[in-house]
Amino acid sequence: MEQLALLPEYFRGHLTLTIIALFLGVAISIPLGVWAAHSSSVKRPLLTLVSIIQTFPSVAILALVVAMLGGRIGSLPAIIALVLYCMLPIVRNTVTGLENIAEEVVTAARGIGMSPRQILTKVRIPLALPVIIAGIRTATVWTVGLATLSTLVGATSFGNYIFTGLQTRNLLSVTIGSLAAALMAVILDSLIGGLQWLVVNRNSELDMDRHKVVKAFVFSGLIAAVGLSGYSLMPDKEVDFIIGGKGFTEQYIIAGAIEEILQEAGFTTEQRVGLGSEVVFQATANNMIDVYLEYSGTVWTNLMSREDNPGRDTVMLEVGAYIAEEHGMANLAELGFQNLYALAMRREHAESLGIRSISDLKPFADGLVAGGDLEFFGRPEWVGLRDAYSIDFKEKLTFDTALMYTAIAEEQVDLIAAYTTDGRVAEFDLVILEDPLNAIPPYDGFLAVSGEAMGNRLFVESLSPLAGKISVEVMRDANRLVDVENLPVSAGVSYIREAIAK
Amino acid sequence: MIELQNVWKSYDFGKTFAVSNMSLRVNRGELLGLIGESGCGKTSTLKMINRIEEPSSGDISVNGEDVRLQNPEQLRRNIGYVFQGIGLFPHYTVAENVCTVPQLLDWPSSAVLDRCRVVLDMVGLPAAQFADRFPSQLSGGQQQRVGVARALAAQPEVVLMDEPFGALDPITRADLQEEFKSIQRKLELTVIMVTHDMTEALLMADRIAVMRQGEVLQIGSPAELLNRPADPYVQKLMEMPKRRADRLEQILGGDVRLGAEG
Repeated sequence: MEQLALLPEYFRGHLTLTIIALFLGVAISIPLGVWAAHSSSVKRPLLTLVSIIQTFPSVAILALVVAMLGGRIGSLPAIIALVLYCMLPIVRNTVTGLENIAEEVVTAARGIGMSPRQILTKVRIPLALPVIIAGIRTATVWTVGLATLSTLVGATSFGNYIFTGLQTRNLLSVTIGSLAAALMAVILDSLIGGLQWLVVNRNSELDMDRHKVVKAFVFSGLIAAVGLSGYSLMPDKEVDFIIGGKGFTEQYIIAGAIEEILQEAGFTTEQRVGLGSEVVFQATANNMIDVYLEYSGTVWTNLMSREDNPGRDTVMLEVGAYIAEEHGMANLAELGFQNLYALAMRREHAESLGIRSISDLKPFADGLVAGGDLEFFGRPEWVGLRDAYSIDFKEKLTFDTALMYTAIAEEQVDLIAAYTTDGRVAEFDLVILEDPLNAIPPYDGFLAVSGEAMGNRLFVESLSPLAGKISVEVMRDANRLVDVENLPVSAGVSYIREAIAK
Repeated sequence: MIELQNVWKSYDFGKTFAVSNMSLRVNRGELLGLIGESGCGKTSTLKMINRIEEPSSGDISVNGEDVRLQNPEQLRRNIGYVFQGIGLFPHYTVAENVCTVPQLLDWPSSAVLDRCRVVLDMVGLPAAQFADRFPSQLSGGQQQRVGVARALAAQPEVVLMDEPFGALDPITRADLQEEFKSIQRKLELTVIMVTHDMTEALLMADRIAVMRQGEVLQIGSPAELLNRPADPYVQKLMEMPKRRADRLEQILGGDVRLGAEG
C-alpha cells in the first residue's frame, strides 16, 4: 500500500503530460493537415515525415529530444516527444476528412459565393470534424500509453510504477501502473468518443435528453481533465536538492539512503530515479540533478571513450578530474564497492569443467551459450574481453536482467554477464570468473554531485561520511533483499544505513 | 439581363473549344433554356457567367456590368445558383442553409430571418415545420425546394440553373417545374436553365438556345424552333417530344378514363 500512496502524484504527472501533449499535437497537426489537403506538394512529404517519426522507437525519440535540448530532462523533452508521436493520426485524419467531402457540397459553397477561407471554416472543417476527432481519439490512446516512457527522462508518470516495478521485480507495482494507464486511456477515449458522437449526431432526430446527458458527461469530463492538468502545472514547491538515479535496484536503494541522510540534515529533497544513464549524467552536469550514484567505468568507457585499463585507482582519479573539468561536477565520495560486469557460471558447472578464470574458458568457449543484458554485447567491455582473451561463444543471447538469471538457473545458458553487486549471484549459486588480464575496466561506485550542490557545505558534510562505507557484500545483500526476497526498496535502504552506522 | 458576346472557352490552350464564338442575350424577366447533349458546352457557358470558369476570350455582362470587373465571390452572392447535385450543407438546418447568402452579404439578422420565412413559404415548405430540420431528414423534392429557396434568399435578379430537376422523380419534377415557373414570373427573374430534356425546356422556357459541339445552332421561342428549325439537329430534337406525345395518344387512344387522368 506504500505503492498506492504515490498514485495521486503519478496520476497528475501522467495526466498533465498527456493533456498538454495532445493539446499541442492538435494545435499543430490540424493546421498542417489543412495545409496538406490543399497542396499535394506538401501532402506527400508531410505524411511521409510524420509516418517516419512514428517508426522511430519511442525510447530513441526521447533520448534524441533530451540530447537536442542539451541534456535537459523532465516534462519538456517528454512533451516534445509525445507531441511528435501523436501527430500522425491527427494529420492523416485531417487530410482524409477534408478530402472526402462530397464534391457537390463544395461546388455549392463556391457557387453561392463563399470565399476559399469561408468554404474551409464553414463547410469543410465542420464536415470533416468527425473524422478529425477520430484521429484525435487514436492519438489520445497512443499518448497515454507512451507517456509511461516519460519516466525515463525524469518526468513523473504511471511509468514510475512500471519501471521501478520491473527493476525491483515488484509485479504489483507493474500491475498498478499498467492498469492505471489503461484506465486513463479508456476514460479519455470515451470522453473524446462522446464528443465525436455529439458532432456526428448533431442532425439526427434522437431524443434531446440523451443528447444532454452525453453533452454534460463529455464537457464536465473534459473540463475536469484540463482543470486537473492545469492545476498540476502550478510550480512544485521548491526543494533544496534533487536526487537522481538510473533504473535498477541498487540505484533506488542508494538514492533512498541519500534522501534520508539529507532530510535528516534538514534539507527538502525529491527523487528522480529510473533515468537513462546518459540522461542522469547530462542532467547533473546541468545542475538539474544534484547527486546520484555513478560508476567510474561508465564514465571511463562511455563518456571518455577510453579502452585501456590503467588500474582501479588511476581510472577513478582520471574520471574525477574529467567530470570536474569538462562538466563542472565532482566526485564527492567513493562508496567502497564496485559494480562490475563479470562473467558468472553455475558453480557445479564451472567446477566440472575446471574453470576459475576467463582464461580457462578458452578451450570451451566455442561450445558455450552466453547470456547478457540488453546492452552488454554491444558495450566496449565485451569487445575488450573478447579481444583480450580471444574468445567468442557459440551463441550470445540478450535478456531482461531478471530473465537472464532465470535462464542460467534453468541451464538455458552456460554463462552470463552478471553484475558483481547483484544479490542473485549468491542466490543462484553462481561463481564469478576472475579477470586476470584486467580486461574489464573498474566500476567504482561514487557519488557524482552537481557543481551547485558542491557549494553547499552542509550538503557535502552530510554525504562525505559515506566514503568507503559500503562494501560489495553489503551492497549485494541489500540488493538481494529487494531482488530475491521481494521486500520494498525501503528495506534495502534500512540495511544500507545500518551498515553505514557501524 | 445577361449578355454574352463572342465568348470562347478552351480547356486545352486552344486545341479544342468547349464553347465557340457564343453570343446571346437574356432579357430581364426572361427564362432561357440552354439545351444540348452532354459535353456540348452548356454547363461551361453557365459557369462562365458566375466566374466559376473564366472565358478564354469574349465579354460577359450581368445587368450591364462586365463580370470580370467584379470580385467573383461578390458576383456569385448576387446571382442565384441551383444545380442538380443540390449541394445543401448537411451540417446546417434548412433555415441555416437558406440564410447562408444573406449572411454572407451581412444582412441584419432580423431581415435574414424574415426573408428565410418568406422564401421557404414561397417554395412550399412552411418555416414553422421545416426550418429546424436537417437536409438528411427531407425527401429529394424537399431538398431541391430548399436549394431553390437558398438561391432566391438574397433576392437576386439573375438565377443560373444547371439541370436543377434532373435527379427528381417525374411527379416531383413536374410540380417543381410548374412552381418555379410561377415564382420566376412573379419575381421577374432573369434565368438561364441548362437542361437536356426538351420537354422541360418547352414547358418552362420563354426562349430556347440549342447547342451542339460548343456552338449555338439556333435561339428562338419554342414556336419558332418548332416551325422553323434552322438545322436538322434542331428539327430532330423538336420532333422528339411531339413524337412521344403522339405515341402516348396512340397507346391510350380512345380510353377516356385514362386520358382524363393523363
